[in-house]
Amino acid sequence: MWKWLHPYAKPERSYQLCQTLLPWFAVLGGLSLFVGTMWGLAFAPADYQQGDAFRIIYIHVPSAILSKSLYCTMAIAAFVGLVWQVKTAFMAMVAVAPVGAMVTFVSLITGAAWGKPMWGTWWEWDARMTSQLILLFLFVGVMSLYKSFEDAQQGGKAAGVMAMVGIINLPIIHYSVEWWNSLHQGATILKMGKPSMAPDMLWPLLLCIVSWVLVSSAIFLLRLQNEIVRREIKRPWVVELALQNSKQQAPNNMSTDRG
Amino acid sequence: MSPIIALFKRDLILAYHNRAELMQPMMFFMLVISLFPLAVGPNAATLKIIGPGVIWVAAILSSLLGLERLFRDDFQDGSLEQMILSTTPLPAIALVKVATHWLTSILPLICLSPLLAVFLHLNEAMYWALLVTLLLGTPLLSLIGAIAVALTVGLNRGGVLLALLLVPIFIPLLIFATSAVDAAAMELPYTAQLAFIAAMLLFAFALAPFAIAYALKVSQN
Repeated sequence: MWKWLHPYAKPERSYQLCQTLLPWFAVLGGLSLFVGTMWGLAFAPADYQQGDAFRIIYIHVPSAILSKSLYCTMAIAAFVGLVWQVKTAFMAMVAVAPVGAMVTFVSLITGAAWGKPMWGTWWEWDARMTSQLILLFLFVGVMSLYKSFEDAQQGGKAAGVMAMVGIINLPIIHYSVEWWNSLHQGATILKMGKPSMAPDMLWPLLLCIVSWVLVSSAIFLLRLQNEIVRREIKRPWVVELALQNSKQQAPNNMSTDRG
Repeated sequence: MSPIIALFKRDLILAYHNRAELMQPMMFFMLVISLFPLAVGPNAATLKIIGPGVIWVAAILSSLLGLERLFRDDFQDGSLEQMILSTTPLPAIALVKVATHWLTSILPLICLSPLLAVFLHLNEAMYWALLVTLLLGTPLLSLIGAIAVALTVGLNRGGVLLALLLVPIFIPLLIFATSAVDAAAMELPYTAQLAFIAAMLLFAFALAPFAIAYALKVSQN
Protein backbone atom coordinates (compact mmCIF):
# COMPACT_ATOMS: atom_id res chain seq x y z
CA MET A 1 0.00 0.00 0.00
CA TRP A 2 2.87 2.37 0.82
CA LYS A 3 4.31 1.94 -2.63
CA TRP A 4 0.98 2.96 -4.05
CA LEU A 5 0.45 5.90 -1.70
CA HIS A 6 3.94 7.30 -1.58
CA PRO A 7 4.00 9.19 -4.90
CA TYR A 8 1.13 11.35 -3.66
CA ALA A 9 3.39 12.92 -1.07
CA LYS A 10 4.67 14.87 -4.04
CA PRO A 11 2.33 17.82 -4.62
CA GLU A 12 2.53 17.48 -8.39
CA ARG A 13 1.14 13.94 -8.33
CA SER A 14 -1.59 14.89 -5.88
CA TYR A 15 -2.57 17.75 -8.14
CA GLN A 16 -2.91 15.37 -11.06
CA LEU A 17 -4.94 12.93 -8.97
CA CYS A 18 -7.31 15.78 -8.02
CA GLN A 19 -7.55 16.71 -11.68
CA THR A 20 -8.60 13.16 -12.64
CA LEU A 21 -11.06 12.71 -9.78
CA LEU A 22 -12.67 16.13 -9.81
CA PRO A 23 -15.00 15.74 -12.84
CA TRP A 24 -16.37 12.44 -11.49
CA PHE A 25 -17.17 13.83 -8.08
CA ALA A 26 -18.50 17.09 -9.49
CA VAL A 27 -20.83 15.52 -12.08
CA LEU A 28 -22.10 12.65 -9.92
CA GLY A 29 -22.44 14.95 -6.91
CA GLY A 30 -24.31 17.67 -8.79
CA LEU A 31 -26.64 15.14 -10.37
CA SER A 32 -27.44 13.26 -7.18
CA LEU A 33 -27.80 16.50 -5.22
CA PHE A 34 -30.37 17.75 -7.71
CA VAL A 35 -32.32 14.47 -7.83
CA GLY A 36 -32.16 13.82 -4.10
CA THR A 37 -33.16 17.32 -3.07
CA MET A 38 -36.02 17.50 -5.57
CA TRP A 39 -37.24 14.05 -4.57
CA GLY A 40 -37.09 14.92 -0.90
CA LEU A 41 -38.54 18.42 -1.08
CA ALA A 42 -41.24 17.86 -3.68
CA PHE A 43 -42.14 14.18 -4.06
CA ALA A 44 -41.58 12.41 -0.75
CA PRO A 45 -44.75 12.06 1.34
CA ALA A 46 -45.34 14.59 4.13
CA ASP A 47 -44.85 13.50 7.72
CA TYR A 48 -48.11 12.67 9.57
CA GLN A 49 -47.02 14.64 12.61
CA GLN A 50 -44.67 17.34 11.40
CA GLY A 51 -46.31 17.96 8.00
CA ASP A 52 -44.16 19.55 5.34
CA ALA A 53 -41.84 21.07 7.93
CA PHE A 54 -39.98 17.78 8.23
CA ARG A 55 -38.64 18.16 4.68
CA ILE A 56 -35.73 20.23 5.93
CA ILE A 57 -34.37 16.88 7.12
CA TYR A 58 -33.06 16.42 3.55
CA ILE A 59 -30.62 19.25 4.15
CA HIS A 60 -30.22 19.11 7.89
CA VAL A 61 -29.27 15.46 8.33
CA PRO A 62 -26.67 15.25 5.52
CA SER A 63 -24.96 18.40 6.78
CA ALA A 64 -25.02 17.23 10.40
CA ILE A 65 -23.60 13.82 9.48
CA LEU A 66 -20.91 15.36 7.31
CA SER A 67 -19.81 17.99 9.80
CA LYS A 68 -18.28 15.50 12.21
CA SER A 69 -16.93 13.28 9.41
CA LEU A 70 -15.18 16.27 7.90
CA TYR A 71 -13.62 17.08 11.25
CA CYS A 72 -12.37 13.49 11.40
CA THR A 73 -11.04 13.82 7.84
CA MET A 74 -9.19 16.95 8.87
CA ALA A 75 -7.74 15.26 11.95
CA ILE A 76 -6.66 12.17 9.98
CA ALA A 77 -4.92 14.42 7.45
CA ALA A 78 -3.25 16.25 10.35
CA PHE A 79 -2.18 12.94 11.88
CA VAL A 80 -0.67 11.71 8.60
CA GLY A 81 1.13 15.01 8.25
CA LEU A 82 2.49 15.05 11.78
CA VAL A 83 3.57 11.42 11.90
CA TRP A 84 4.93 10.79 8.41
CA GLN A 85 5.86 14.42 7.66
CA VAL A 86 3.83 14.38 4.44
CA LYS A 87 3.63 17.90 3.09
CA THR A 88 0.48 17.37 1.03
CA ALA A 89 -1.38 16.06 4.09
CA PHE A 90 -1.25 19.53 5.67
CA MET A 91 -2.49 21.02 2.44
CA ALA A 92 -5.40 18.58 2.50
CA MET A 93 -6.11 19.52 6.12
CA VAL A 94 -6.16 23.20 5.29
CA ALA A 95 -8.36 22.55 2.27
CA VAL A 96 -10.96 20.55 4.17
CA ALA A 97 -11.35 22.89 7.15
CA PRO A 98 -13.46 25.64 5.53
CA VAL A 99 -15.69 23.02 3.86
CA GLY A 100 -16.30 21.46 7.26
CA ALA A 101 -16.97 24.81 8.89
CA MET A 102 -19.49 25.69 6.19
CA VAL A 103 -21.29 22.35 6.48
CA THR A 104 -21.46 22.73 10.27
CA PHE A 105 -22.85 26.21 9.83
CA VAL A 106 -25.52 24.91 7.42
CA SER A 107 -26.53 22.21 9.89
CA LEU A 108 -26.90 24.86 12.63
CA ILE A 109 -28.97 27.18 10.43
CA THR A 110 -31.26 24.42 9.16
CA GLY A 111 -31.54 23.09 12.71
CA ALA A 112 -32.66 26.51 13.90
CA ALA A 113 -35.16 26.77 11.06
CA TRP A 114 -36.53 23.33 11.92
CA GLY A 115 -36.62 24.10 15.63
CA LYS A 116 -38.88 27.11 15.18
CA PRO A 117 -42.02 25.25 14.00
CA MET A 118 -41.33 22.07 16.01
CA TRP A 119 -40.06 23.26 19.37
CA GLY A 120 -41.32 26.83 19.06
CA THR A 121 -37.87 28.35 19.40
CA TRP A 122 -35.02 29.25 17.08
CA TRP A 123 -32.36 28.23 19.50
CA GLU A 124 -32.41 25.85 22.41
CA TRP A 125 -29.38 24.93 24.49
CA ASP A 126 -29.91 21.35 23.52
CA ALA A 127 -27.04 18.85 23.61
CA ARG A 128 -26.67 18.19 19.91
CA MET A 129 -27.07 21.82 18.91
CA THR A 130 -24.53 22.89 21.50
CA SER A 131 -21.97 20.29 20.48
CA GLN A 132 -22.48 21.32 16.86
CA LEU A 133 -21.83 24.93 17.84
CA ILE A 134 -18.65 23.89 19.65
CA LEU A 135 -17.61 21.93 16.57
CA LEU A 136 -17.95 25.12 14.54
CA PHE A 137 -15.71 26.92 17.05
CA LEU A 138 -13.14 24.12 16.75
CA PHE A 139 -13.11 24.44 12.95
CA VAL A 140 -12.74 28.21 13.18
CA GLY A 141 -9.93 27.83 15.72
CA VAL A 142 -7.92 25.52 13.45
CA MET A 143 -8.47 27.81 10.45
CA SER A 144 -7.51 31.00 12.25
CA LEU A 145 -4.42 29.40 13.78
CA TYR A 146 -3.29 28.39 10.30
CA LYS A 147 -3.92 31.89 8.95
CA SER A 148 -1.90 33.51 11.74
CA PHE A 149 1.36 32.03 10.55
CA GLU A 150 3.27 33.58 7.72
CA ASP A 151 5.06 30.35 6.89
CA ALA A 152 2.43 27.96 5.52
CA GLN A 153 4.32 24.81 6.48
CA GLN A 154 4.76 25.95 10.09
CA GLY A 155 1.12 27.07 10.20
CA GLY A 156 0.06 23.67 8.88
CA LYS A 157 1.96 21.88 11.64
CA ALA A 158 0.53 24.15 14.35
CA ALA A 159 -3.02 23.80 13.05
CA GLY A 160 -2.44 20.05 12.83
CA VAL A 161 -1.57 19.85 16.54
CA MET A 162 -4.72 21.81 17.37
CA ALA A 163 -6.83 19.55 15.14
CA MET A 164 -5.47 16.52 17.01
CA VAL A 165 -6.26 18.09 20.39
CA GLY A 166 -9.73 18.83 19.06
CA ILE A 167 -10.40 15.28 17.85
CA ILE A 168 -9.41 13.84 21.23
CA ASN A 169 -11.77 16.29 22.86
CA LEU A 170 -14.65 15.78 20.46
CA PRO A 171 -16.09 12.63 22.13
CA ILE A 172 -15.59 14.17 25.58
CA ILE A 173 -17.42 17.31 24.49
CA HIS A 174 -20.14 15.24 22.86
CA TYR A 175 -20.90 13.12 25.91
CA SER A 176 -20.48 15.89 28.47
CA VAL A 177 -22.95 18.05 26.58
CA GLU A 178 -25.28 15.10 26.08
CA TRP A 179 -25.32 14.50 29.79
CA TRP A 180 -25.82 18.20 30.45
CA ASN A 181 -29.00 18.68 28.47
CA SER A 182 -30.96 16.90 25.76
CA LEU A 183 -34.10 17.86 23.87
CA HIS A 184 -33.22 16.80 20.34
CA GLN A 185 -35.20 13.96 18.76
CA GLY A 186 -33.42 10.60 18.67
CA ALA A 187 -31.50 9.27 15.69
CA THR A 188 -33.74 8.57 12.71
CA ILE A 189 -31.68 6.31 10.50
CA LEU A 190 -29.24 4.48 12.75
CA LYS A 191 -31.50 2.68 15.14
CA MET A 192 -30.89 -0.89 16.10
CA GLY A 193 -32.94 -3.07 13.80
CA LYS A 194 -35.36 -1.21 11.57
CA PRO A 195 -35.02 2.50 10.84
CA SER A 196 -37.96 4.48 12.16
CA MET A 197 -38.59 6.06 8.79
CA ALA A 198 -40.82 5.02 5.91
CA PRO A 199 -38.83 3.82 2.86
CA ASP A 200 -40.47 6.55 0.73
CA MET A 201 -38.84 9.15 2.94
CA LEU A 202 -35.66 7.20 3.63
CA TRP A 203 -34.44 6.71 0.06
CA PRO A 204 -34.27 10.39 -0.87
CA LEU A 205 -32.54 11.06 2.44
CA LEU A 206 -29.88 8.44 1.74
CA LEU A 207 -29.43 9.86 -1.75
CA CYS A 208 -29.06 13.34 -0.26
CA ILE A 209 -26.39 12.13 2.15
CA VAL A 210 -24.44 10.48 -0.68
CA SER A 211 -24.75 13.61 -2.81
CA TRP A 212 -23.50 15.83 0.01
CA VAL A 213 -20.48 13.57 0.42
CA LEU A 214 -19.76 13.77 -3.30
CA VAL A 215 -20.26 17.52 -3.57
CA SER A 216 -18.14 18.34 -0.56
CA SER A 217 -15.43 16.01 -1.87
CA ALA A 218 -15.53 17.89 -5.16
CA ILE A 219 -15.20 21.23 -3.34
CA PHE A 220 -12.41 19.75 -1.27
CA LEU A 221 -10.53 18.57 -4.37
CA LEU A 222 -10.86 22.00 -5.93
CA ARG A 223 -9.62 23.69 -2.77
CA LEU A 224 -6.74 21.23 -2.49
CA GLN A 225 -5.68 22.02 -6.05
CA ASN A 226 -5.75 25.73 -5.25
CA GLU A 227 -3.77 25.19 -2.08
CA ILE A 228 -1.14 23.11 -3.89
CA VAL A 229 -0.74 25.71 -6.60
CA ARG A 230 -0.59 28.55 -4.08
CA ARG A 231 2.20 26.89 -2.12
CA GLU A 232 4.16 25.61 -5.10
CA ILE A 233 3.71 28.74 -7.17
CA LYS A 234 7.44 29.09 -7.83
CA ARG A 235 8.06 25.49 -8.84
CA PRO A 236 8.74 24.73 -12.52
CA TRP A 237 5.79 22.36 -12.88
CA VAL A 238 3.29 25.03 -11.81
CA VAL A 239 4.78 27.53 -14.25
CA GLU A 240 4.59 24.93 -16.98
CA LEU A 241 0.98 24.17 -16.09
CA ALA A 242 0.05 27.84 -16.21
CA LEU A 243 1.72 28.21 -19.59
CA GLN A 244 -0.12 25.17 -20.95
CA ASN A 245 -3.45 26.48 -19.70
CA SER A 246 -2.91 29.87 -21.24
CA LYS A 247 -1.98 28.25 -24.55
CA GLN A 248 -5.18 26.22 -24.52
CA GLN A 249 -7.29 29.21 -23.68
CA ALA A 250 -5.58 31.63 -26.01
CA PRO A 251 -7.44 30.69 -29.24
CA ASN A 252 -10.80 30.77 -27.43
CA ASN A 253 -10.57 34.14 -25.76
CA MET A 254 -8.01 36.30 -27.39
CA SER A 255 -9.71 39.49 -26.32
CA THR A 256 -9.85 38.75 -22.56
CA ASP A 257 -6.37 37.72 -21.57
CA ARG A 258 -6.75 35.76 -18.36
CA GLY A 259 -3.73 33.47 -18.84
CA MET B 1 21.90 19.90 40.79
CA SER B 2 19.68 18.24 38.24
CA PRO B 3 18.63 20.58 35.42
CA ILE B 4 14.97 19.92 36.13
CA ILE B 5 15.25 21.16 39.72
CA ALA B 6 17.40 24.06 38.59
CA LEU B 7 14.76 25.09 36.07
CA PHE B 8 12.05 24.78 38.70
CA LYS B 9 13.98 27.07 41.08
CA ARG B 10 14.82 29.52 38.34
CA ASP B 11 11.18 29.83 37.28
CA LEU B 12 10.02 30.35 40.85
CA ILE B 13 12.64 33.06 41.42
CA LEU B 14 11.72 34.76 38.15
CA ALA B 15 8.06 34.67 39.12
CA TYR B 16 8.92 36.17 42.51
CA HIS B 17 10.68 39.07 40.80
CA ASN B 18 7.67 39.65 38.59
CA ARG B 19 5.11 39.83 41.39
CA ALA B 20 3.35 42.85 39.89
CA GLU B 21 2.65 41.01 36.65
CA LEU B 22 1.41 37.96 38.51
CA MET B 23 -1.09 40.10 40.39
CA GLN B 24 -2.84 41.13 37.17
CA PRO B 25 -4.78 37.90 36.46
CA MET B 26 -5.79 37.83 40.13
CA MET B 27 -7.15 41.36 39.98
CA PHE B 28 -8.93 40.47 36.74
CA PHE B 29 -10.47 37.43 38.42
CA MET B 30 -11.76 39.57 41.30
CA LEU B 31 -13.05 42.27 38.97
CA VAL B 32 -14.97 39.90 36.69
CA ILE B 33 -16.64 38.29 39.66
CA SER B 34 -17.57 41.57 41.30
CA LEU B 35 -19.14 42.70 38.01
CA PHE B 36 -21.81 40.00 38.21
CA PRO B 37 -23.60 41.16 41.38
CA LEU B 38 -23.57 44.66 39.88
CA ALA B 39 -25.01 43.41 36.60
CA VAL B 40 -27.68 40.96 37.75
CA GLY B 41 -28.55 42.62 41.04
CA PRO B 42 -27.51 41.81 44.62
CA ASN B 43 -30.26 39.24 45.22
CA ALA B 44 -28.63 36.46 47.30
CA ALA B 45 -30.74 33.64 45.81
CA THR B 46 -29.84 34.58 42.20
CA LEU B 47 -26.17 34.95 43.05
CA LYS B 48 -26.16 31.56 44.68
CA ILE B 49 -27.54 29.96 41.51
CA ILE B 50 -25.12 31.61 39.10
CA GLY B 51 -22.19 31.69 41.55
CA PRO B 52 -20.35 28.45 40.68
CA GLY B 53 -20.65 29.12 36.97
CA VAL B 54 -19.44 32.68 37.35
CA ILE B 55 -16.42 31.64 39.40
CA TRP B 56 -15.48 28.95 36.90
CA VAL B 57 -15.91 31.19 33.85
CA ALA B 58 -13.82 33.86 35.56
CA ALA B 59 -11.18 31.27 36.43
CA ILE B 60 -10.98 30.12 32.79
CA LEU B 61 -10.73 33.67 31.48
CA SER B 62 -8.09 34.79 33.94
CA SER B 63 -6.06 31.62 33.44
CA LEU B 64 -6.09 32.46 29.71
CA LEU B 65 -4.66 35.87 30.57
CA GLY B 66 -1.97 34.35 32.76
CA LEU B 67 -1.10 31.59 30.29
CA GLU B 68 0.20 34.03 27.74
CA ARG B 69 3.38 34.66 29.69
CA LEU B 70 4.10 30.95 30.16
CA PHE B 71 6.73 30.68 27.41
CA ARG B 72 6.85 34.31 26.21
CA ASP B 73 9.88 35.61 28.11
CA ASP B 74 11.90 32.46 27.51
CA PHE B 75 11.05 32.62 23.82
CA GLN B 76 12.06 36.26 23.52
CA ASP B 77 15.39 36.05 25.28
CA GLY B 78 16.31 32.78 23.56
CA SER B 79 16.49 30.54 26.62
CA LEU B 80 13.69 28.43 25.19
CA GLU B 81 15.92 27.56 22.26
CA GLN B 82 18.63 26.49 24.71
CA MET B 83 16.13 24.30 26.54
CA ILE B 84 15.13 22.61 23.28
CA LEU B 85 18.80 22.02 22.43
CA SER B 86 19.70 20.71 25.90
CA THR B 87 19.99 17.00 26.66
CA THR B 88 17.16 17.14 29.19
CA PRO B 89 14.00 15.69 27.60
CA LEU B 90 11.78 18.50 26.39
CA PRO B 91 8.50 17.00 27.70
CA ALA B 92 9.99 17.06 31.22
CA ILE B 93 10.99 20.69 30.79
CA ALA B 94 7.50 21.49 29.54
CA LEU B 95 5.98 19.77 32.55
CA VAL B 96 8.17 21.80 34.93
CA LYS B 97 7.20 25.03 33.18
CA VAL B 98 3.52 24.15 33.47
CA ALA B 99 3.91 23.17 37.14
CA THR B 100 5.65 26.41 38.11
CA HIS B 101 3.10 28.37 36.15
CA TRP B 102 0.27 26.65 37.98
CA LEU B 103 1.93 27.27 41.35
CA THR B 104 2.60 30.93 40.70
CA SER B 105 -0.43 32.13 38.81
CA ILE B 106 -3.31 29.70 39.39
CA LEU B 107 -2.81 28.74 43.02
CA PRO B 108 -3.25 32.38 44.15
CA LEU B 109 -6.62 32.40 42.39
CA ILE B 110 -7.66 29.32 44.34
CA CYS B 111 -6.50 30.99 47.56
CA LEU B 112 -8.84 33.87 46.73
CA SER B 113 -11.82 31.59 46.22
CA PRO B 114 -13.16 31.61 49.83
CA LEU B 115 -13.55 35.37 49.59
CA LEU B 116 -15.44 35.02 46.30
CA ALA B 117 -17.66 32.34 47.77
CA VAL B 118 -18.69 34.91 50.37
CA PHE B 119 -19.26 37.51 47.65
CA LEU B 120 -21.63 35.19 45.80
CA HIS B 121 -23.35 33.71 48.86
CA LEU B 122 -22.27 30.11 48.32
CA ASN B 123 -22.95 27.85 51.30
CA GLU B 124 -20.33 25.66 52.89
CA ALA B 125 -21.09 22.43 51.00
CA MET B 126 -20.97 24.32 47.70
CA TYR B 127 -17.69 25.94 48.66
CA TRP B 128 -15.97 22.63 49.38
CA ALA B 129 -17.19 21.20 46.08
CA LEU B 130 -15.96 24.34 44.30
CA LEU B 131 -12.57 24.09 45.97
CA VAL B 132 -12.11 20.44 44.99
CA THR B 133 -13.17 21.08 41.37
CA LEU B 134 -10.80 24.04 41.20
CA LEU B 135 -7.92 22.00 42.61
CA LEU B 136 -8.53 19.16 40.14
CA GLY B 137 -9.59 21.25 37.17
CA THR B 138 -7.12 24.12 37.02
CA PRO B 139 -4.05 21.89 36.40
CA LEU B 140 -6.01 20.61 33.41
CA LEU B 141 -6.46 24.21 32.25
CA SER B 142 -2.71 24.78 32.52
CA LEU B 143 -1.75 21.53 30.79
CA ILE B 144 -4.04 21.88 27.79
CA GLY B 145 -3.60 25.63 27.66
CA ALA B 146 0.16 25.22 27.45
CA ILE B 147 -0.20 23.34 24.13
CA ALA B 148 -1.95 26.29 22.51
CA VAL B 149 0.42 28.77 24.17
CA ALA B 150 3.40 26.85 22.84
CA LEU B 151 1.90 26.98 19.34
CA THR B 152 1.18 30.71 19.41
CA VAL B 153 4.28 31.89 21.29
CA GLY B 154 6.05 33.06 18.15
CA LEU B 155 3.10 35.02 16.84
CA ASN B 156 3.26 38.03 19.17
CA ARG B 157 -0.51 38.38 19.16
CA GLY B 158 -1.61 35.41 21.19
CA GLY B 159 -4.46 36.97 23.20
CA VAL B 160 -7.69 36.54 21.29
CA LEU B 161 -6.41 33.64 19.20
CA LEU B 162 -5.54 31.78 22.38
CA ALA B 163 -9.07 32.23 23.69
CA LEU B 164 -10.53 31.13 20.37
CA LEU B 165 -8.46 27.94 20.43
CA LEU B 166 -8.90 27.04 24.07
CA VAL B 167 -12.38 28.01 25.22
CA PRO B 168 -14.18 25.31 23.17
CA ILE B 169 -11.80 22.70 24.56
CA PHE B 170 -12.44 23.78 28.15
CA ILE B 171 -16.21 23.33 27.85
CA PRO B 172 -16.41 19.73 29.20
CA LEU B 173 -14.40 20.77 32.25
CA LEU B 174 -16.76 23.70 32.84
CA ILE B 175 -19.78 21.43 32.55
CA PHE B 176 -18.48 18.80 34.97
CA ALA B 177 -17.18 21.34 37.48
CA THR B 178 -20.33 23.44 37.70
CA SER B 179 -22.52 20.36 37.75
CA ALA B 180 -20.50 19.08 40.75
CA VAL B 181 -21.10 22.33 42.62
CA ASP B 182 -24.80 22.27 41.70
CA ALA B 183 -25.03 18.72 43.02
CA ALA B 184 -23.38 19.86 46.24
CA ALA B 185 -25.94 22.67 46.52
CA MET B 186 -28.72 20.07 46.44
CA GLU B 187 -26.81 17.89 48.90
CA LEU B 188 -26.33 15.15 46.33
CA PRO B 189 -23.10 13.15 45.92
CA TYR B 190 -20.79 14.59 43.28
CA THR B 191 -17.99 12.03 43.16
CA ALA B 192 -18.95 11.06 39.60
CA GLN B 193 -18.21 14.55 38.28
CA LEU B 194 -14.96 14.66 40.24
CA ALA B 195 -13.99 11.28 38.79
CA PHE B 196 -14.56 12.61 35.27
CA ILE B 197 -12.44 15.68 35.93
CA ALA B 198 -9.71 13.55 37.50
CA ALA B 199 -9.80 11.17 34.52
CA MET B 200 -9.41 14.07 32.09
CA LEU B 201 -6.59 15.46 34.22
CA LEU B 202 -4.69 12.16 34.21
CA PHE B 203 -5.18 11.80 30.48
CA ALA B 204 -3.87 15.29 29.85
CA PHE B 205 -1.03 14.68 32.30
CA ALA B 206 0.07 11.67 30.25
CA LEU B 207 -0.20 13.22 26.78
CA ALA B 208 0.04 17.01 27.08
CA PRO B 209 3.80 17.24 27.87
CA PHE B 210 4.61 15.53 24.57
CA ALA B 211 2.19 17.74 22.66
CA ILE B 212 3.68 20.84 24.31
CA ALA B 213 7.20 19.69 23.42
CA TYR B 214 6.22 19.15 19.79
CA ALA B 215 4.42 22.49 19.68
CA LEU B 216 7.49 24.28 21.04
CA LYS B 217 9.60 22.72 18.30
CA VAL B 218 7.09 23.87 15.68
CA SER B 219 7.18 27.40 17.07
CA GLN B 220 10.95 27.46 17.18
CA ASN B 221 10.93 26.08 13.60
